[in-house]
This record gives sequence, C-alpha cells and structure tokens, in this order.
Amino acid sequence: MKVKTIAEYVASGEKPEILFWVGCAGSFDARAKKVSVAFAKILSSVGISFAILGNEESCTGDPARRAGNEFIFQMTAIQNIETMKSYEVQKIVTACPHCFNTLKNEYPKLGGEFTVLHHTQLIQQLIEEGKLKIEGGEFKGKRVTYHDSCYLGRINGEYEAPRAILNELDTDFIEMDRKRENGLCCGAGGAQMFKEDEPGDKRINTERVEESLKTNPDIIAANCPFCITMLMDGLKAKEKQDDVMVYDISELIVQSNGL
Amino acid sequence: MSQIVFILLSIIVFGLAFKQFGAILKNIKLGREEIIDGDQPWRWQNVLLVAFGQKKMFKRFIPAILHLFIYVAFLMTQIELIEIFIDGIGGVHRFFADKIGLLYPVIISFIEILSLLAFVSTIIFLWRRNILKLPRFIKPEMNGWPKLDGNLILVGELLLIIGIFSMNGADVLLQKSDPAHYPDTGYLAVSSWLGPTLFGGFDVGTLHLIERFGWWLHILVVFGFITYLPYSKHLHIFFAFPNVYFAKKRSRGEMNNMPEIMNEVKSMMGLIEETESEMGDDIPEFGAKDVTGLSWKNILEAYTCTECGRCTSVCPANITGKKLSPRKIMMDIRDRAEEVGGKIRSGNIEFISDDSQEKNVLSKENFDDGKSLFDYISDEEIYACTSCNACVEACPVLINPLEPILELRRYDLLTNSAGPSDWLPMFNSIENGGAVWQIPDNRDDWKNELN
Ligand code: SF4
Ligand code: SF4
Repeated sequence: MKVKTIAEYVASGEKPEILFWVGCAGSFDARAKKVSVAFAKILSSVGISFAILGNEESCTGDPARRAGNEFIFQMTAIQNIETMKSYEVQKIVTACPHCFNTLKNEYPKLGGEFTVLHHTQLIQQLIEEGKLKIEGGEFKGKRVTYHDSCYLGRINGEYEAPRAILNELDTDFIEMDRKRENGLCCGAGGAQMFKEDEPGDKRINTERVEESLKTNPDIIAANCPFCITMLMDGLKAKEKQDDVMVYDISELIVQSNGL
Repeated sequence: MSQIVFILLSIIVFGLAFKQFGAILKNIKLGREEIIDGDQPWRWQNVLLVAFGQKKMFKRFIPAILHLFIYVAFLMTQIELIEIFIDGIGGVHRFFADKIGLLYPVIISFIEILSLLAFVSTIIFLWRRNILKLPRFIKPEMNGWPKLDGNLILVGELLLIIGIFSMNGADVLLQKSDPAHYPDTGYLAVSSWLGPTLFGGFDVGTLHLIERFGWWLHILVVFGFITYLPYSKHLHIFFAFPNVYFAKKRSRGEMNNMPEIMNEVKSMMGLIEETESEMGDDIPEFGAKDVTGLSWKNILEAYTCTECGRCTSVCPANITGKKLSPRKIMMDIRDRAEEVGGKIRSGNIEFISDDSQEKNVLSKENFDDGKSLFDYISDEEIYACTSCNACVEACPVLINPLEPILELRRYDLLTNSAGPSDWLPMFNSIENGGAVWQIPDNRDDWKNELN
C-alpha cells in the first residue's frame, strides 16, 4: 500500500477525493504515527483515494495561537492555506482535533474555506453508508471507556461519532463520570503540551486517569494524539501502563478488522 | 408626613441609582469597540431560554430550583411594588384591593407562596455558603467583600420576606377590626393563616404598628437593594439580559482574529499590496494589557458575573490546585474597570500619561496610573489555562472567561515579548521547520511504517 502526496496525484493527472491532514503529532510523534498508519489503512481498505501534503504540510498553528503568538500562527496558517489553494483542496480529514478545529473554524477568516472532518466523523459516515464493515468479536468482554477531547467534544460538539463507532465495535462500554460537554481536559490544550505545569497539587492528566481508572477499564479510547500522550503518561505515573491500554478509535478498528 | 418622606426617599434613591448605573455604563465603554457576531432571532432565543428561562442553571438541578423560587418571587414582587409605590405616594392603603376583584387575592397569594418558597431557599443558600461551605464558595477570591456580599444579599432577601408577611399578616387581622381603613383583600394563601397564628389577640394599635413596620421594611430593603446593586454580584439580575443578548454567535474554537497581523503577514508573503497592510512603523499594542484593551463585551461580562464559581469548579487547572480561577479573572476585570473608571472620572491630571500630547484633559486614551490588569492577574494564572472551554460551558449567563485570558497572553507574548520560555523552541520550530518539534525526519516518514 502506498500513500501518495498531493503533488504526486497532480503529476499523474489525478485528483484525490480527500486530503488526509496528518499534523505534527501524526507525522513525528512515535505513538501518534501509529494512528496515522491505522487511519491510512482504514482509508485504503474502503478504497478512498486520499492524498497527504507530505513536506508541504506545516503546523496548523493551533499551539502558537493559543500560546498568544499570533505572528507565528498567521505565518504558518497562511502558508498552509496557500498550499492547499494551489492544489485546489476542498475536503480535508484529520486525526487530530486541534488541527480539525483550526482548519475548520479559524482558517475561513484567513481566507481558507474547506470542508473539514475529524477522522471519527468520516469513519462513522463510512460505517453508516455501509462502506466500512466492522467485524465484531475482538473486543467482546473488554471494558472500554472513552475520553472526550475538548477540541472535538465541548468545542466542536461531536460526542456521537466516536461513541457510535465504539458501539459498533461491540465493547463493554463504560462512561466516565465527567463526559461529553462535562468531560475533563487531559491537560495538553492551550499549548500546555509544550511547557511545564504551573505549581499545583497534581497534574491534570493524573486527575483524568484516576477518574478513568474508576471504570476499571482494559482500554481507554481517545480521539486525539495529545490526549493519548497525556493519558499514557498519567497511567505510567499510576504504574498502570501494562494493565490499561490507550488507543485511538481508528486503531481499535484496525485491530478488530485485522487490517 | 410619611408621604413626603416616601417621595423624598424615592427621589434620592433613584437619583443615586441613575448616577451609579451611568458610571457602570461608562466603565463598560472603557473597552474597545467590537461588533459582536450574531443575529436577532438567535439573540432573542438566548434571552428567552438562557436569561428568562435559566436553561443553563438546570445543569445542576437542586440549586437551579432553589434559585428559580427566589428569581420568580423577585419578579412577581415587582407587581406588589407597584401598589406600594402608589400607596406610598398617594397616601392610600392597598390601592388595588377593591379595584380588581378576585384577581387581587390570586396575585397576592401567588406572591406569598413564592415568597415562602424563596424564604426556605434563602435559608438553604445561607446554609450551603456558611455551614456546608461548598468548595466553590470558599475559594481565595471569595475572601472579604465577595463573601460578605453573598451573605448580605441573602439576609436582605429574608428581611424582605419578613416585611411582606408582617405587612400582610397584620393586615388580615386589621381587616376584621377596622374595615373602614383596611379594605377586604379576600383570602390570602399564606397570611390568612400565618397572620392569626403569629399576631392573633394583639390589639389594633400593635397590629397597626406591625403592618407599618412590614410595609416600611419591605420598601426600605428594596431601596437599599437598588443602591447596593452596583457594588454587588447581584447586578446580574439586570445585566444577565443584555449579556446573554450580546453573546457571540461563533464556534467556541475560533479565537478573535487579528487582522493587522494577518495583513502584515500576507503583505510579507506578497499576497496583498504593501499599502493594504495597516501596520506602520510604530508597532501597535497587541492583545490586552488593561481593561481598555479588552472588548466592551468582556467588561459587560465582568459586571454580569454572579460569582457562582461554576466555571472555577470545572476548570482543570483549578481542580488540580493551580492558581488559575476563571471566576477570579472576571472579578479582577470588574475591579480594575471600577478603578480605571473612577480615576478617569476624578479628572486628576496626575493620571495623564507622560507621552500624551493632551496635558489638560484626562480621558481613557491618555490614562496611565502605572498599573494594569497584570497587577491583578498574574502570569501564573493566565499560563495555566488549557483553553478547554469548560468554564465557557459551565457559565449560566454565557460569560466567556477564556477570551480575556487569551488576550492577556497575546499582550504578554507580542507586545511584552515575554511568556514561558518553554514555548520558545516550539515557536522556533514552527517558524523554521513547520512543525512543533525540531525533528530532522521528513514529514511523511511515518508512511514507511505501513506494511
Ligand atoms: S478554558 Fe482555561 S480557564 Fe476555562 S476551564 Fe479551561 S483551563 Fe480553566
Ligand atoms: S463567570 Fe459565569 S460561571 Fe463563572 S462565576 Fe461568573 S457567572 Fe459563575
């Protein structure tokens, strides 16, 4: 299986159906790269022609903007918009809710109007349209809880798609106390990922992991590379990293369907 | 005699309130102008559901119900107040009693039942604040005045209701012994049994005193309330309506755009003509350093804040013991707006900035008292925020504490060139390598892991 860049598509005179926005984490973070791989497998398994920008992709600018550095944000964002416009990109899917939010809600004011989907939304659509069949069984009897990321959940109001997929996967699904619009942050947003915490009693990811452990889970399902890092760190701090796994929703599908 | 006292008092109270509310409006206008995204149908829907209907309060059911009793009792009592004013000015007694027939006991009974429920609710609220000590009411920012404010208003509420029942209860008995002066009100749901229970057997003179005491207590608490509101979190009873009306209709995920910077970058990249870029040689002030750098809407929100602490109780930073409290951010903005507004209205030319051309007239443009919002809000607070929007979701009156936090960060980063040094590598990597980390790999190397 070969993942092609949009430049390669154009060179061969083709047009991809959708652009897969990989994001910094999906491109460089060892753990998040596995999610990119999983999602690429799902896309090709259903025969969607998708492209990536490859080296022409740049950070969406979310952390810079939320840190307060508007110059860096505008530079990288406008660069991205120009790149995508030059390739006549219309539809984007991404496995990172921060990229999703910035592409969807912030690029239009800068002149970049695209249709943007989070990968859980696209996957759910594919399931609904019957294009993606989930082979159940893999997670029978497995206790799975789900962590709403702030940027997909509370900020963009998408609570259903990930839950619908988990439902298809036939898991023993258990909700945490703080869920949906009341979900607790993992602690990474607002560029916290890139700095030390301010003094306090505990780390936010520890608080969240303690809450998820109350559901006595085998798996914590997530939808964001930064949440995954935070939750895994939190589990390590509780020495639970061997008992509880953190997976992106797309990875669960890959495991279930043996892709 | 009592008519004159009443009229004089009314004039003083309303005159004072006019002045106080005028000052608050001026303080709100200290903020930057901003056109708020939104349309009429959406705005009125918010006013109806969120402000009148208290929709977001019902995320927490018990306090919502208790608060609803007090709120509806407050609204309904306004009807009774109309009569009190007519009686007070005209020197008559229960003006409407013999004019609207059966409607009179129905309305008064309705008010009485609500007042009774409000009485119970108020006691529960006092208990939650002072004995149960609910965590969100005892955070550091609640020490001193805010705590006293919360209790004062509840005690005022109790006094008001005591006034209503003394007045009505004594009246019920007086109607029997002195029907000439006390017109028949019909059966009142609470006072018709509470009056005889409490005051049964008292002589007419005492009853008359109790009735007057109740009447004056009621109206004096109301007068006190009106002049007290501008210093209290209870301003929300009025400001919640415009604040909800002017809520921003846009995705929570969209930060305010900064067109000057956008155009500067676009012109640097050759996408627009140089002249379209608005930035001259002197770099303007980015973000907000003080209330004058915030939007007027942020200041309106600060005046609307009920100090309920719902935002703080769900803030991940606050929950894990960090100093950040979104409620405190809103309270600080209000305090600073009061300070700046007061100083500007003092006209003291000491507060004219040294670099101002205008040396004689103090205004918000040349105001400088050597302080700013950063004297109220520390870096430790603004940099602990994860931008999770939990506070925004929690607020019953549609306040957005995140927006000013991010505007303060912008000032600190862009104008002050400060901020956490941890972030510098991230900024540099994005600027030079297009990624948040400095990594020598190609951006699409991950695909080699595909089998
Ligand atoms: S957005 Fe910031 S202030 Fe608001 S709840 Fe989240 S961390 Fe706290
Ligand atoms: S900002 Fe809203 S939620 Fe927070 S204390 Fe004020 S009114 Fe309550």
